[in-house]
Amino acid sequence: MAGPLRGPFSFLNMHLAIDDFALFGLSRSFALDRADLDARRRALQAEVHPDRFAGADAAARRAAMQSAVRVNEAHARLADPLKRAAYLCELAGTPIRAEDNTAMPLDFLREQMAWRESLDDAGSRAEVDAVAHDLANARRLAYERLASALDERRDFAAAAQEVRALMFIERFAADVDDRLVALES
Amino acid sequence: MALLQISEPGESPDPHTRRHAVGIDLGTTHSLVAAVRSGVAECLPDRDGEVILPSAVRYFADGTTRIGREALAGAVSDPTNTIVSVKRLMGRGLADVSKAGRLAYDFVAAEEGMVRVRTAAGIKSPVEVSAEILATLRQRAEDTFEADLYGAVITVPAYFDDAQRQATKDAAELAGLEVLRLISEPTAASIAYGLDNGSEGLYAVYDLGGGTFDISLLRMTRGVFEVIATGGDSALGGDDIDAALADWALARAGVIAGSAGDRRAAAMAARVAKEALSSADHAVFGCTLAGARVEEPVTRADLEAIAKPFVDRTMAAVRRAVRDAKVDKSAIDGIVLVGGSTRMPLVRRAVHEFFGRAPLTNLDPDQVVALGAARQADALAGNQGAGDLLLLDVVPLSLGIETMGGLVERIIERNSPIPTARAQSFTTFQDGQTAMSIHVVQGERDLVADCRSLARFELRGIPPMVAGAARIQVTFTIDADGLLSVEAREETSGVEASVTVKPSYGLSDDEVTRMLGEGFGHAEDDMAARALREAQVDADRLLAAIASALAADGELLSAEERASIERAAVELRATRDSTDRAAIERSLKTLSESTEAFAAERMNRGIRRALAGRRVEDL
Repeated sequence: MAGPLRGPFSFLNMHLAIDDFALFGLSRSFALDRADLDARRRALQAEVHPDRFAGADAAARRAAMQSAVRVNEAHARLADPLKRAAYLCELAGTPIRAEDNTAMPLDFLREQMAWRESLDDAGSRAEVDAVAHDLANARRLAYERLASALDERRDFAAAAQEVRALMFIERFAADVDDRLVALES
Repeated sequence: MALLQISEPGESPDPHTRRHAVGIDLGTTHSLVAAVRSGVAECLPDRDGEVILPSAVRYFADGTTRIGREALAGAVSDPTNTIVSVKRLMGRGLADVSKAGRLAYDFVAAEEGMVRVRTAAGIKSPVEVSAEILATLRQRAEDTFEADLYGAVITVPAYFDDAQRQATKDAAELAGLEVLRLISEPTAASIAYGLDNGSEGLYAVYDLGGGTFDISLLRMTRGVFEVIATGGDSALGGDDIDAALADWALARAGVIAGSAGDRRAAAMAARVAKEALSSADHAVFGCTLAGARVEEPVTRADLEAIAKPFVDRTMAAVRRAVRDAKVDKSAIDGIVLVGGSTRMPLVRRAVHEFFGRAPLTNLDPDQVVALGAARQADALAGNQGAGDLLLLDVVPLSLGIETMGGLVERIIERNSPIPTARAQSFTTFQDGQTAMSIHVVQGERDLVADCRSLARFELRGIPPMVAGAARIQVTFTIDADGLLSVEAREETSGVEASVTVKPSYGLSDDEVTRMLGEGFGHAEDDMAARALREAQVDADRLLAAIASALAADGELLSAEERASIERAAVELRATRDSTDRAAIERSLKTLSESTEAFAAERMNRGIRRALAGRRVEDL
């Protein structure tokens, strides 16, 4: 995650330890134009990618590699809405700490269990699709609440809670996808 | 003063001397070398005017070799000494290739490591066999240019794992080639298509060769080739269809191919029939086995029934790659076919049906990979007019480490853009423990046993502490060639742990050194003279690189910093012409170290420049 780079990357601290948003010349907000983000990655890689320094000295080649790694790492974190939200919470001093903060509201857990059961019971493509549909709705609403907490209310504690909930939802969504793939083949 | 020559960053200091850089397609069946000359990429022919070099090496008892067509002459009469399809053995263990089952070689029995083949000229590793092919292509290029090569871009299947990539790079180094970059075959093909057709948008490249299958989805945007997702099977190709067709024909004829030579003859006959059936509806499978002539008619429908399971496997990989890319297949602007096996009408129909549009086939599927690689080589050599070509590739297979109970903990997901790095913390479980081993595997399965073992990294020099107190930060890096390296450091003490690599299917450093000593295409050189020459070449390259860096970004330096770099450069110039290799290497190291802060500043400037043309939002 963010913070000073260690080990082999330490000498780039003064240059690349700026946060991901600053590296991409973006303000810290959850709302983001994906096409613009991708264009910024291409522009950054066009300057720092190791291929641009193929004939250069070893120090330049190494620095190019490390810079390109940093750009890719930042891009991956910014491009994924859930990772981006978690990162914004962390920058605001409210880390997610998913591993030691597992307490979720009872209603949410009940809903999760109901979804799991309906996925387990779903035998046909149509039934799995119905679960996927419900899930997509819940997911969209959760992201809307998350965007509002981060960009409008700047309530990072509420956003962090929403991120933790979405981590459950995304894990379940991956299971639903796996079922759909299994039904296809 | 002659230290500084003004030139653009990365470009050769003298615009009149082009650097001779080539692209090499090291294929299962065929290999080619191509270069950009007068702005045009073209495959270089041999003395007989042939551009295709059959990927075949024949070893003789007197230690001599024949490469290419001359070697193929022995494929049936002398099968165990005539190595074909060696690409299928690269970075592979005996268990992997015995699954393939039908290879006619005399494998050396070994429980671990890369396979070895016993030949009349001794035991050969697939790396050495591939080096013979690469050295032949290097020689062809040097004869064409009447000059030494600056370097080469070598293509590998996108789905090649780390062991297979490393084996390819080792082979190139053994062949005396400076490897500018390993690039994926589908990406190379898309360069040839993208530049020649001026394409933009989202493309799928379906590449079915003799022994490997790749599917890549990539986006082209003004000279940037960005791989979105890749998939495939590095042990699936036309060879498998040949073998299945041969089995079918022999079963119908009621004969058995008993000897290695017979099996080779049957496979070659199957290939001839298969190729004929790309344009005809009927063909004859014909060969002579154990002195008896076998002839069996084959229709295209027969072939397609035999080939269908293989083509179905490729289409399953295509579906997964499209899913991984998170794109709708209707968003794909074009489909490119690469590899000789895509000449089969069955393959073209399957691809057409899935994507709902006809694939592009206007470039020669045998040459397109080498042509694209030549473009990239030209760009990496910094030749003028090479254009703003940039490849952004991904790692094809997830990378993980072994944890308790033989489970895999994934650390780098497949399709992550490269270069990439991930740091992971480990601790000791015994008091005073000073070493540990990390087993790195590649693959998508949850059990170590179902993934491919890449290497065991031994960390030594951990300061003794009570159990659980040490925090060892291990950084896994995948570079722009798709190759893995590992660095480790104990966090509380700051001690760098030493890392030794035991590749599961690779060559150790000692083996590479021994093979280098045995010489490939330069047996006349003695080792010391060669080492000195290499140090001098390194010195020239470094001096040229620093001259162009100073010309491009020199104003980033204070007068003092600049003076320190120039002092080191003057010293290297002085030692360069001596015969003291150790002194040259010391000067190289000093000059290289003096530029580290400068290098970081240059990257920083690049980042500012990248954002300069854009609206930089308020921070």
